[in-house]
This record gives sequence, structure tokens and C-alpha cells, in this order.
Amino acid sequence: MAVGFRNPKDFGSGLLFFALGGVCVVIARNYPMGSAQSMGPGYFPIMLGSLLALNGVALVIRSFLRSGTGFPKISWRGILLTMAAIVLFGLLLKTAGLPIAVIVLVVIGACASSQFRLWPSLALAVALSVFCVLIFVQALGLPIPLLGSWFPD
Amino acid sequence: MDLFSNLSIGFATALTLSNILYCFMGVLLGTLIGVLPGLGPVATIAMLLPTTFALSPVSALIMLAGIYYGAQYGGSTTAILINLPGEASSVVTTLDGYQLALKGRAGAALATAAIGSFCAGTIATCVLALFAPPLAELALKFGPAEYASLVILGLIASVVLAHGSLLRATGMIILGLILGLVGTDINTAYLRYTFDFSELADGIGFVVVAMGMFGIGEIMLNLEQSATRTVLVKRISGLMPTREDLKRIIGPILRGSVLGSFLGILPGGGAVLASFAAYSLEKKVSKYASEFGTGVLEGVAAPESANNAGAQTSFIPMLTLGIPSNPVMALMIGAMIIHGIQPGPLVMSKQPALFWGVIVSMWIGNLFLLILNLPIIGLWVRMLRVPYRLLYPTILVFCGIGVYSLNNAQFDIYLMALFGLLGYLFSKLECEPAPLMLGFILGPMLEEYVRRALLLAKGDPLTFVRRPISATLLAVAVLSLFVVMMPALRRKREEAFGDDK
Repeated sequence: MAVGFRNPKDFGSGLLFFALGGVCVVIARNYPMGSAQSMGPGYFPIMLGSLLALNGVALVIRSFLRSGTGFPKISWRGILLTMAAIVLFGLLLKTAGLPIAVIVLVVIGACASSQFRLWPSLALAVALSVFCVLIFVQALGLPIPLLGSWFPD
Repeated sequence: MDLFSNLSIGFATALTLSNILYCFMGVLLGTLIGVLPGLGPVATIAMLLPTTFALSPVSALIMLAGIYYGAQYGGSTTAILINLPGEASSVVTTLDGYQLALKGRAGAALATAAIGSFCAGTIATCVLALFAPPLAELALKFGPAEYASLVILGLIASVVLAHGSLLRATGMIILGLILGLVGTDINTAYLRYTFDFSELADGIGFVVVAMGMFGIGEIMLNLEQSATRTVLVKRISGLMPTREDLKRIIGPILRGSVLGSFLGILPGGGAVLASFAAYSLEKKVSKYASEFGTGVLEGVAAPESANNAGAQTSFIPMLTLGIPSNPVMALMIGAMIIHGIQPGPLVMSKQPALFWGVIVSMWIGNLFLLILNLPIIGLWVRMLRVPYRLLYPTILVFCGIGVYSLNNAQFDIYLMALFGLLGYLFSKLECEPAPLMLGFILGPMLEEYVRRALLLAKGDPLTFVRRPISATLLAVAVLSLFVVMMPALRRKREEAFGDDK
């Protein structure tokens, strides 16, 4: 490989740890540090952030020394659709109400599978939405609106 | 003798009608979800945790513990019947269990797993009852320095005993510790890493992290594999093992239980390590060693009793020290805190009914597993046929509603999605989410103890090595780290975890 690292997973996780540790330290610089005897809120974050960054560096160095299996393939379709379904569920829960939010979550979530079929998913969505209303709202009494703020009564 | 009076308190608590019912429900739900693919015990417990909020603390813990070993048992059912381990601790069971099923002996394998689990549960309950009190007594002598060292030992042990790369596991632990910092600093009320979100002032909820990384992340991983689940076994017959079978499995069950009980106590240990170790041990000592892997009952009996014993004894450090040894126990600690119980050595003396009730309920739960699951195995087999494309949207719904119901905050839903993505990416980089979870739970404890210890010692860091108990704990931590780094042992460890694939 032209870049020179031989273990992509070490390299990738190393960079990730280094970046996260770095961000952690940069933010914590503004927190009062205190002393060892009476630590301020910044003491632990700075120590842990630096440790994580160091750990990342060690992984990056090792990625040049020991070879490993290649970069994993990431299937964005599944991830993005799952994420989108959950976020939409959150957005719709109070605005459209529980039944609609559940249906959207199930149908969009089901699209993430390569074996997606519309009608079974719709049937499942409706069944689950009825089930959730009965169990979570009627039986357990969770404070989730059945009809959200979009539907003025 | 003390032991018997303690156990009788336990029986008195666990045998009330409502607690038996919760134990039964926990075991049943746990098995059900353990049989379903793609949901391990961590995600299961996180998902069902909100349903226990209304219960009394004892009933809640009894039910959660039931879910845990129920899920364990359900996991071995799928391992035997469809060669898919329901969770990590039944990975080894697939080796011989599935071969037995192919030979038409699925019934005997399932019965062996159930009998092994029950015997292991009995032995582990005794171990718990014997070892927990002295450990709790020792822990009462602990000051903040000792606790800090103990947490460090626990964290290091979880790296040492985890599989995969050491450096990546330490990275995950530190990241977990950092995530634990988010929220209000308890000593100074200073807001850390909240990015002006008022929802983060109380910190990130552990259920959010657990559901995201173990529930949503797992779904994203599963979606990539389009493997179809084929259930070979149509009807299961011959559930009762023959006398010959019983003779063969009694040794492995006893060895597996003892080994598993011991490994479960270790910080970072638990069911997964126990099952791998017991299988390797049995492969060395068994008369039928050469037949292992072709479908022998010993290959099911040993790991199945070991993982059950380990699962149960991993409650010891959690109940006596308040230190979780694996992510499931971390969730249990979280659950106890939600119910207003501060886990630690005082639980046993202050709440004996809770402590012993939970321990005894484990034994009762195992009895349920034995007498109930064998007759209704047909139902579980039918559950196996539920296609994943219908199952995972259902999991999404339960995770979504569950996580929302914690604080009635949509913010938690978005955060869960984010942790799902993180969990997926890290799994792709072969970074295990378990050490992160452990670090996340132990982070606030570690900071608190270190700060208090250093305050008492006037800022002198040598306090950790000057106090004998603390020094010993740290020495063990450093030693175990060095031991795994030695090349010869590293190879052994990779072998033991089957990392060669």
C-alpha cells in the first residue's frame, strides 16, 4: 500500500482515538484544573483525554509495524436508513403521536433490510402500533400522546 | 450456622408469590428474547429495564437476574438448533451442540444444557453464599484508595480477559471513562462536555449507551449479513437423556461448574470466559477428547454449566463491592441505583432480604428453566422461524419507546441512534463495545475515589502504593497486564478465545 500502514483497523481506530482524545483535552482546557490534592473539574478530563490520544498514537504506530486484515466494508444503506428511522421516530413522537411514529419507524427501518417487502412490513407496522398503544399507553400509562400537536382537538 | 440462616432469609423473600411470579416472568422473557436472534443479554436487560421501575427493588432485581440467565439459556437453544449462538457465551456450544442436532440428538443436547445449567446454578448459589459475606467484610475495610485501585484492577482485568487487541480494548475503556465524565461534576457542580444541552446535565444515561451500542449497533451489523436461518430440526424427540448419557455428562458438569464459578468471580470474567475455558479443559481431560467437535454431549455439558455458573458468580463482586465485572453487571448496578440502592459492601448487612433473596431466586429461576423449558421447547423452535426482517423493526420500536420512557425526552432517542452508529463503527474496527460500557459505568466511581483518596493523602499519589491492600490490588493489575503481553501467553489467549479465524 502506498501510504505505508499495514493494519487498516489499527490505523483507523488509532486515528479515531487520537481525534476523540484531542477534542476531549481541547475542550477541558477551559475547565478549572485544580491541584492533585483538590482536583478541579478539568483534572480528570485532561488526564483521560491525553491517555486516549496517546493510546491512539500507539495504535497508529503499530499499524505500520504489524500487518492485519483490510478495511472493513461499510454498508451505508442499512446504517443511514436505521438512523433516519430512529430520528424520525423521535421527531414524530410528540408532533404526530405514537401510532404514526411507530408506523414510520417500522416501515423506514424495514427498508434497511435487503429483503424488504412492503406489504408484510406495513402489516407489522400497523400491528405493532396497535400493540404499543394498548400496552405502553393504555396498560402502562406512559405519557406519550396518541395524537400529537399536529392534530388540534 | 450463619449460612443457613442467611439462606432461609433468602428463601423467605424469594418464595413470596409475587417474587416467584417475577422470577418466572424474567426467566420466560429472557429465554424468549435469548432465542430471538440479534439480541444479547445486555440489550435485553436495557430494553426491559423500564418495565421494572414500578416494582419493588427486590422484585426488580429478581426479574432482571431472571432475564439474564434466561437469555443465557435461550442463547444455547439457538446454538444447538441452528448453529447460531444467541450470545457470546454460547459460541462454544455450537461446536458440539449443532453436530448433535445434525445426528438427530438435539433433544439430548438441549436436556444436557438444561441439566448442566441447573447443577451449575446450584453449585454457584452455594459459592455465592459462602464467598460473598467474607468479601463484603473485607470490603468494609476499604477506603477510597483501595476502591480506586480495585476499579483500576477491574478495568485492566476486563482488557486482559477480553478478546482481540489489547491496545484497542484499552482505548475503548478510556473512551468509556471519558463518556462517564459528561454532565455535572459532583464536587464542584461544574458542567462538563454538555455542549449546552440541558439534557446532558445529569450525564449520559447508561441505558441509552447500552441500547445504542448493543441493540441498535447490533442491528446495523446484522443487516449486512443476509444469512437465512434454517431450522433443521422439525420435531424434537428423545428429550430424556439415557442413563449412559447421564454417566457421561456428570463429570463435565461438575468440572464446568467449579471452573465457571471461579472464573465468574474474577473482575472482567463472567460467562463468556467460563464457557471457553471449560470447553478447553474438557477437551484435555475427557476420555472422548478425540471426538470433540463431532457431536459429543460432554462438549455441550461443560461450557453450558460453566457459563451458567460464571453468570451467577459474577454477581459476587457486584453485590459485595459494588464493582461490576461485565456489562450485564454494570446494567444491574445502574438498575440498583435507579431503585435507590447504593451497591457496595453495605447492601448485605443493611438489606439482607434483598441480597439473599436475589441469590436464592437464581436457584429457583434455574429450576424453572429446567422444568419449564423442556416441555415448551416446541414453542421456542417456532420462535426461531421468525424472519429477521420482521424482527428487527420490532426491536427498534421497543428500543425507541423504552429509551424515551426513561426521561420522556426525545433527546435520548437521538443519542441512542448516535451510540448505535458508534457501536457499529467500532465493531467494524474490531473494537469491542463491552470494555467501553464498563469504563462508562466505572468512570464516575474512579474519579470520585481517586479525588477522595488524594484529598486524604494531601495530594501524594504514593498513597495508592503505601496502603497494603491498595498496593496488592495494583500489583495484581500490573502483573496481569505484563503476563498477557508476553508473547507465549498471548498466543495461548488468542487460542482460548478462538481468535484464529
